[in-house]
Amino acid sequence: MGSIIAVGASWGGIHAVGVVLRGLPADLPVPVVIAQHRREDGGPSRMAETLGRRSAFAVVEASDKDVLEPGRAYLAPPGYHLLVERGSVSLSTDDYVRFSRPSIDVLFESVASAYGEDAVGVILTGASDDGAEGLASIHHVGGVTIVQEPSSAERRTMPDAALATGKDHRVLQLDEIAPFLVKVCA
Amino acid sequence: MADERRPVRRRDVEAVELDLLAEGIHEAYGFDFRQYSRPSFQRRVWRRVDAEGLHTITGLLERVLHDPDALQRLLTELSINVSAMFRDPGFFRVFREKVVPQLRTYPFLRVWNAGCATGEETLSVAILLKETGLYDRTRIYATDMNEATVNQARTRAYPIAKMREYTANYIAAGGTRSFSEYYVADGERVVFQPSLADNIVFAQHNLATDRSFNEFHVIMCRNVMIYFNRDLHERVHALLYDSLAHFGVLGLGARESIDFSGHSAAYETVDEDERLYRKIA
Ligand SMILES: C[S@@+](CC[C@H](N)C(=O)[O-])C[C@H]1O[C@@H](n2cnc3c(N)ncnc32)[C@H](O)[C@@H]1O
Repeated sequence: MGSIIAVGASWGGIHAVGVVLRGLPADLPVPVVIAQHRREDGGPSRMAETLGRRSAFAVVEASDKDVLEPGRAYLAPPGYHLLVERGSVSLSTDDYVRFSRPSIDVLFESVASAYGEDAVGVILTGASDDGAEGLASIHHVGGVTIVQEPSSAERRTMPDAALATGKDHRVLQLDEIAPFLVKVCA
Repeated sequence: MADERRPVRRRDVEAVELDLLAEGIHEAYGFDFRQYSRPSFQRRVWRRVDAEGLHTITGLLERVLHDPDALQRLLTELSINVSAMFRDPGFFRVFREKVVPQLRTYPFLRVWNAGCATGEETLSVAILLKETGLYDRTRIYATDMNEATVNQARTRAYPIAKMREYTANYIAAGGTRSFSEYYVADGERVVFQPSLADNIVFAQHNLATDRSFNEFHVIMCRNVMIYFNRDLHERVHALLYDSLAHFGVLGLGARESIDFSGHSAAYETVDEDERLYRKIA
């Protein structure tokens, strides 16, 4: 049974993550953590606001040591890795991993290790291979792993890379993902 | 870091091994990572396990206990002291606008830069205070647990390649002069004016184990507590609180929250975005 949902996305992710979030009912009893590749410069960002628009989930940019609450989605801030402990968030300014910070692998590996088989990982569109190993780690500990069907993704590199690890991830169309998440987490 | 190379990562076993590693290093060498934030500690430890060609955390423990060089390599992996001058320029801009006016009312100022790393932040405050005419009545205590970084901070020397970024930060932070006035180039590095350090005291100080050593009007402790677990985070917040004068100002890192400190009620917000707080109780 899923007790946390981790979402990784890159190119085209704002749209795709938005679609997934909009499909989650407010009473879904789990938190969502999101690593979306993003620019580090530029002042205040409206990404959390954009993602939360028309979603029943409240989307916030994560602060260090935030307590993970159900019905909320925590977005990795630009320039920080987002990691989780069971029940809370931890940020880090460690080195870039595969040129990324936030890195999807870093988030997913921490989710795998903190939540084990209660973890749910989702890889969406992106022009990178970040997330493939992280998703494999969630699979490895018995969690639920989902990959957006590559041909339906705005950029298929990331879903392809996730599938290339040879794990039997579940492959779903973008609009099938939220209903499936509801099924495994409700 | 394909998981194939590792044996099954049983979470309970892994947690035990991490505890043992932290305990072992503490017992044998006195370095205390027992209260560091688990997720990043764990990540770095695994990185080291891989780099050492080992398979388990217990294997790494065995190696560091018997081989001081391996310990050094682990300590290097575990210490993050990346910093930048005028990092998060908005912090310094708002500090100038909202905190400096209050500081002008004091005849003498004590500032504590806790976790100063290699001194970039300390020099940034020094420059800010110079430009606002407060430096001459200020003493800045710049401390870090890492002796090596404190020694480096004392040199006031940084790679010349960084100056472009720092200059941009300085301007965005509201700097009023030309940034290059503050340093002289010396080959591949620049050295900042000795006078900037006239009122700075650099010292080794460990927030996890050492006590408060003065009362301050300003404490900056940025991007340090994110490496601590909740217990230590809480303890250090207590230490900072005890070290702040009434109406003293606390500055945290851009993504650090005061909400979970147990002391949040004792502070009012000076600026939420820039994580500046004033002690009012
Ligand atoms: C990422 S740097 C932050 C530097 C600077 N404050 C900034 O924000 O740019 C973190 C620093 O915290 C120091 N640190 C970690 N644990 C500490 C402790 N227990 N006591 C004092 N300093 C510590 C590290 O040595 C490192 O130099």
